[in-house]
Amino acid sequence: MSEVHVGQSIFRKEGTDKVTGRARYVDDLTFPDMLHGVTVRSPIARGRLRGVQFGDGIPWHEFTIVTAQDIKDIPGANCVALILEDQPYLAHETINHPEEPILLLAHKDKYLLEEARRAITFEIEPLPAIFSIEDSLNQTETIWGEDNTFKTFLIEKGYVDAAWAQADFIVEGEYETGAQEQLYIEPNGMIAIANPTDGVTVWGSMQCPYYVHKALIKLFDLSPEKVRVVQAVTGGGFGGKEEYPSMIAGHAALLAWKAGKPVKLIYDRAEDMAATTKRHPSKTRIRTAVGKDGKLLATEIDFTIDGGAYATLSSVVLSRGTIHAAGPYNWPNVRVRSRAVATNHPPHGAFRGFGAPQSIFAMERHLNKVAQTVGLSPEELRRRNFLKSGETTSTGQVINEKIDLDSLLTRALKLSDYHVKKKRFAEFNATSAIEKKGIGFATFMHGAGFTGSGEVYLSSVVGIEATETGNVRVLTSNTEIGQGSFTIFSQIAADALGITLDQIEIAQPDTANVPNSGPTVASRTTMIVGKLVESAALGLRQTLVNSGLLGERYSAAEFAEACRQHIAKYGELKSFSKYEPPPGVHWDDEKYQGEAYGAYAWAVYVAEVTVDLTTYETRVDDFIALQEVGKVINPVLAAGQIEGGVAQAIGYALYEHVVWREGRMVNNQMTNYIMPTSADVPPIRVYFEELPYAYGPSGAKGIGELPMDGPAPAILNAIEDAIGQPSIQTFLGQIPLMPETLMKAMTAGGGND
Amino acid sequence: MTDKVSVSFTVNGESKTARVWPMARLLDVLREELQLTGTKEGCGEGECGACSVIVDGELVNSCLIPAAQIAGASVTTIEGVTAGADGERLNAVQQSFIEHGGAQCGICTPGMVLAAVSLLEKIPQPTEADIRNGLAGNLCRCTGYMKIFDSVVKACQ
Repeated sequence: MSEVHVGQSIFRKEGTDKVTGRARYVDDLTFPDMLHGVTVRSPIARGRLRGVQFGDGIPWHEFTIVTAQDIKDIPGANCVALILEDQPYLAHETINHPEEPILLLAHKDKYLLEEARRAITFEIEPLPAIFSIEDSLNQTETIWGEDNTFKTFLIEKGYVDAAWAQADFIVEGEYETGAQEQLYIEPNGMIAIANPTDGVTVWGSMQCPYYVHKALIKLFDLSPEKVRVVQAVTGGGFGGKEEYPSMIAGHAALLAWKAGKPVKLIYDRAEDMAATTKRHPSKTRIRTAVGKDGKLLATEIDFTIDGGAYATLSSVVLSRGTIHAAGPYNWPNVRVRSRAVATNHPPHGAFRGFGAPQSIFAMERHLNKVAQTVGLSPEELRRRNFLKSGETTSTGQVINEKIDLDSLLTRALKLSDYHVKKKRFAEFNATSAIEKKGIGFATFMHGAGFTGSGEVYLSSVVGIEATETGNVRVLTSNTEIGQGSFTIFSQIAADALGITLDQIEIAQPDTANVPNSGPTVASRTTMIVGKLVESAALGLRQTLVNSGLLGERYSAAEFAEACRQHIAKYGELKSFSKYEPPPGVHWDDEKYQGEAYGAYAWAVYVAEVTVDLTTYETRVDDFIALQEVGKVINPVLAAGQIEGGVAQAIGYALYEHVVWREGRMVNNQMTNYIMPTSADVPPIRVYFEELPYAYGPSGAKGIGELPMDGPAPAILNAIEDAIGQPSIQTFLGQIPLMPETLMKAMTAGGGND
Repeated sequence: MTDKVSVSFTVNGESKTARVWPMARLLDVLREELQLTGTKEGCGEGECGACSVIVDGELVNSCLIPAAQIAGASVTTIEGVTAGADGERLNAVQQSFIEHGGAQCGICTPGMVLAAVSLLEKIPQPTEADIRNGLAGNLCRCTGYMKIFDSVVKACQ
């Protein structure tokens, strides 16, 4: 297979539609006789629903109204099918979080609909609610299951308890991360047509059509072929459109079922921010044993995430966070205990990185504290402990990749002019009273694909079919959400078949037409699904060769002719490929031991900051992102992924502060929840190293989540360098680090450990 | 209650008259009355810029403009930036966004392209600071802005 297109910065396949405004997002679609829908939600965090009041002045008879009772009247079940079945589409007796959906309305006039929404009041008998990890762990109230715990994990390697006695230093630290809103620029939305005869069809903004499919089958108790889910062009997801679209699709479908008309349900920004999932807040305690030579002897990590009111994806987010907690270091002894707990926040969910940014933040800040305690530089401490090829991770996975983190760090520090700048900034800071400059870095890894045996359970299938015009069409359920998946699949398929890019079509994900190739999450689309595209393409070529219609060597035109002839002679021509794990991959779900991921991406990120001691604002002045990601399929798209992830993570570190009041996000507007603008971002300089991964397409690994992991600790490490504190302070263990936090800590003399 | 009013204005060079509520948002008039769905709603409060259009030479958020206010005005939307009989000729900015990775999910792209077009009309050879400031009212969550800056720079070359 010759690489003609792979490795090239091929233009985005759907680029013209996007720059001309012709791309059709869900809110751009209309259907004859379509109604608009809205969701009426709980104003309080916890209670018992006693009644509903419909206010005066609204022609209620014109409205379609759906409550939990309507779901009882259809065959299906009132739960959003995902992992556990604890979350209802509509609350019936108990309310478990603010903004919980209780009632649905539809009407053809969306202005009147908005008035109607405001005219509804609920009688709710309040119950005490809990909003912190501490209250959940202490069971101040028991709000979920027997002990408020969705899931726990324990990873054990070596003998941690024996290590403390041999330690020259024992270093302890506590770290916290806040919630973060995905803030895709296109709010969530769905359109449904649903009736008992034809079943249910939805069009919408989503990452995972087959998640929505599974959920609607359960809600309506329909056979799979009676439910059809079509992805509209989707304006960003970042995890925020992984699980919640199942809820919205169900709501739109319930209204459409009752109304007998198409229903469009589009969230406005305030609703999207207040009601849908965010990144899990976390708390991490780390205790580390170190020798005086700086060798890391043991670590004990206690990692807890706030899952909100229902289980949703918390167990899987926790899993990834737990496995990544020890970082790319060679720990002889590790214990990671973790848990996801319930609070009365709206459920937290998937967001790029999926638990790893939280636990990696903690470890990368902690290691700077360890370095200070031992008397080594952050650089030297890491160099003495990097995981090397042949050594094992916390789950006992032997690193087979030829990764050399020592060289990667050297290169990143050189690219950022780290040593020169560190010295220069120290001199600058000695004479500058107001502005303080600093430089810091983080080293980390991110596993691609589903964790452990996840990919085996998914058993993804990809298809390729020849069309009557002699083109081929790639059939996957993986969505294009900005990351460039359609372009990447085209490059892989064109090279596998030895044909041109314009001979490749990508089917819009539609469960009626595409097989289930799994969700568009977990940095798996290029590495796992792309490999299946490659093998399905090779299968199709082999069929043509075996039929005698195609020689071993052929031109693009001859290939097209062979496709046409094959279809004329034998009818449809399709090739499917199903996931098989690479050889030697074993995972023990009970002990959490084994090959956690097929491959890891490895990275060193360096941040340069200025802290202004008048405003206490931190500005990121320069950013180097160096990563080893296997073969880069499309350099411009890949760099775009990294740059976008870094910008989101700068927001995570410094700007994006979810303000909670009684469990509800109160700054649910772009006016007061601040994400980075074009005026805020530093130059983000992206560099790749490419060690081909044997089981990825052309050697590629996953990169989507990686850039979310490193920036926050790199930036806080740089702030620590800038403000020159002798020991790490508590406030530097928390993100987002808001100016007011920094001011309070530095002016009151508070915040010291 | 006020009645609907007739508002006449020019959109992408064509005269249009729409029967609208006086306080209807220009955004809704464009999308729902004129089926110009290239203009997107991201926040509805003038923060994100996804609904940017050019009114009488100025870049504005169409979610903040009441319909009554555009009587007699000249409005350019993303559909008007693409030239030719059926919109087949791309503007240099659009072409550059395709070639240099300026668009990812595409939802901010129409507004971002209009912001860039508006900037280049005022400053044909912008500095990096001009570009950063000129686009600061248009939020993008995908790109981290680097490839957008690159697209604008290359569009001037």
